[in-house]
Amino acid sequence: MTVLLYLLPIALGLGLLGLLAFVWSVRSGQFDDLDDAASRILFDDE
Amino acid sequence: MTLALALDRPATLHCAHCGAESAAAYCCAGCQAAHALVGELGLDRYYRLRTVDGAPVEAEPPPLGLGDLATMRADGTAALALAVRGLKCGACVWLIETALKRQPGVVHARIAPVSGRLDLVWRPGETDIDRLARTVATLGYGVGPWDARALDRDGAARDKELLLAMAVAGFAAANVMLLSVGVWAGHAQDMDQPTRDLMHWVSALIALPALAFAARPFFRSAFVALRARRTNMDVPISLALILAPTVSLIETVNGGPHAYFDSAITLAFFLLVGRYLDSRARTLARSAVAMLGALEGRIATVLEPGGQARVRRIEQVRPGMVALVAPGSRLPVDGTVLEGASEIDASPITGESLPVRVAPGAAVHAGSLNLTAPLRVRVDAVGAGTLIAEMARLMAGVEGAKGRYVALADRVARYYAPLVHTLALATLLGWKFVAGAGWADALLAAVAVLIVTCPCALALAVPVTVVAAGRRLLGCGVLVKSPTALERLAEVDTVVFDKTGTLTRGRLALTGAPEPAALRVAAGLAANSRHPLARALAAAAPEVAPASGVIEEPGLGLRQGGIRLGARAFCGVAEDADSGPELWLARPGHAPLRFAFADELRSDAAATVARLGRDGYAVALLSGDRAPTVAAMAAALGIAHWQAACAPADKVAALARLRAAGRRVLMVGDGINDAAALAAADASLAPGSGADIARVAADATFQGERLDAVAETLAIARATRRVVRQNLALAILYNLAAVPLAMAGWLTPLIAAAAMSSSSLLVIANALRLRRRNRS
Repeated sequence: MTVLLYLLPIALGLGLLGLLAFVWSVRSGQFDDLDDAASRILFDDE
Repeated sequence: MTLALALDRPATLHCAHCGAESAAAYCCAGCQAAHALVGELGLDRYYRLRTVDGAPVEAEPPPLGLGDLATMRADGTAALALAVRGLKCGACVWLIETALKRQPGVVHARIAPVSGRLDLVWRPGETDIDRLARTVATLGYGVGPWDARALDRDGAARDKELLLAMAVAGFAAANVMLLSVGVWAGHAQDMDQPTRDLMHWVSALIALPALAFAARPFFRSAFVALRARRTNMDVPISLALILAPTVSLIETVNGGPHAYFDSAITLAFFLLVGRYLDSRARTLARSAVAMLGALEGRIATVLEPGGQARVRRIEQVRPGMVALVAPGSRLPVDGTVLEGASEIDASPITGESLPVRVAPGAAVHAGSLNLTAPLRVRVDAVGAGTLIAEMARLMAGVEGAKGRYVALADRVARYYAPLVHTLALATLLGWKFVAGAGWADALLAAVAVLIVTCPCALALAVPVTVVAAGRRLLGCGVLVKSPTALERLAEVDTVVFDKTGTLTRGRLALTGAPEPAALRVAAGLAANSRHPLARALAAAAPEVAPASGVIEEPGLGLRQGGIRLGARAFCGVAEDADSGPELWLARPGHAPLRFAFADELRSDAAATVARLGRDGYAVALLSGDRAPTVAAMAAALGIAHWQAACAPADKVAALARLRAAGRRVLMVGDGINDAAALAAADASLAPGSGADIARVAADATFQGERLDAVAETLAIARATRRVVRQNLALAILYNLAAVPLAMAGWLTPLIAAAAMSSSSLLVIANALRLRRRNRS
């Protein structure tokens, strides 16, 4: 069972990375308006 | 024969700009101008990009002199934030941004679609802001200076905090649950104690900091309630969120078999999901309602001592200044007319539907609409001195029915919390003194009772239902702002309507046309003007294309060669003081013809009143208008109880009488004179077209022409109450069924997790039924 000593930190570290990415995206305002970017991508002529 | 028939009946076309049915290529001159501008700029792609039809161009002209509000930046450019109204989809954003960027001198133009904020940066030497604002207005959007107060900053900040808390709780819940599944499997497969202890310690390491961060919203709310010597749903939640990890930590330290870290953090996660959805829906509703008013009355065009006109924010206007009020715009201040003769529509203030003639010396109030000619007004009062401020004070005085209302969930919590806390205490004492167990085992059993009864499903029961109902109401154009509004709406048994702008459309429509041929001529002229009467005339004959070569003489009328359309004097008819709103058409060789206008009932007003009566509601009418008008309307709609000539305080008194008689009253009104009554009623609705202060005072607003939204809102509120009650019953049953298990000491973390998750899913599934229910 000693393998758990490696696997648990690795699993938690990866999960934590995802959480930090989410926290960063919320802080940087990416969740303020979920529709804007989706429609803007269609208007490509600028 | 066939050919003649085909010529007789005009083919049904669709307006090239807004897509409305129209006999000509365009439904109105506004749409024609918008379409021409779009073509001129080479932005035809707009019509392919958009996913919904546009609205007919109806924008009021933007205020002039916006440049005075701009901030100059270090590099010589100027910046200003504008509010844009009428955005329908991404194509509108694209159209406005691209149209502006193609103007010379524009450095930056970007719209935030949710708030409708347009950030503009331009080089003052090459273009001016008034021209840019006019471009946006010509495309068919309302435009005015941005007012930061329109934003719900607190709501947005709260949403962000809840979202972060939810993310942290979700991350922790998933990982702790993963470890817990290992421990549960280990119970069946002889996991050795050191491994289990390791799993528990890692769970504690994840769950404790996550809870400390994510559960703050619950702790805060519970603390506030307890300090006020009340209890709410957050008190038992907080207790469970503190006790479960504490007992688990003690178990972990002692190497015990069971830890409840997963229950605690999953509980927090589920609850935060409900809170976040609820809070976000209401923030969006509130900012949408605030946006409706963002363009009105917050600026005034003031005549400087030097004689030039300048736009100022309303805070900078002082009594004694002279304000210019263009026809078609709302008065920003209370004042006295100095120059000009016009008609004003004071219906938001007095409830009187017919326009009032004003001449120098007449007192006018902020919120009225100037109809005919430009006015110069001496400012008598701004801010705290205005009639609107007086209404706000009256409103503050009567507020209370809503403030005192206790949400159903909190009423349930009032009984539920003491019950489960007594059960837990009984378990503790029972194990210690009846069964003779040690304190540690007795405490564990007591905490198990608290955990299994922790009101996860109970606390979710109301928010998920309200969110589901809010979605459906949004589909009917109803925006709900207040968290307890639906519960209060469900209790209503009496509906009180205001007249002007609520039962009626609040704008004038042609009542009688002399003859079709003359109407077509007049409509052709009228289609060229933005004047309210001209628009009403043009709307009465939508198939007529705008006539060419029409000259507008401000304050008088329209002229095309020898044909004139406008005021009496303009058409050579003798003055008559009491003639109501009218236009005259003078043609060479014909006698002048009169077109009369009146405020029309909403198309489904009678049907709605009848439906409310069928559904068992008492209906009443309270109006500030004169008795004969009100009596006629009440008779036409079949409303037995009516009261005319009501001052705002009279309306509040009438509502107080109804409430004293045991009635639960819904007030529906749109005017400044209704604001106090809206605040005094048990629940209130305002049309989206109503005055700013009325929308703020009301619990919910409804969009569009149809009054049916009122009956629909009440029906949905009642359906919501039904589902909420089912949910509360389900949740309580579910929790109480598990209590004997916990009291007997048989509860394991696995059973607690299963019970909590399945009961939460059950109430969510039940709430979602509300979204699918068809219109009854």
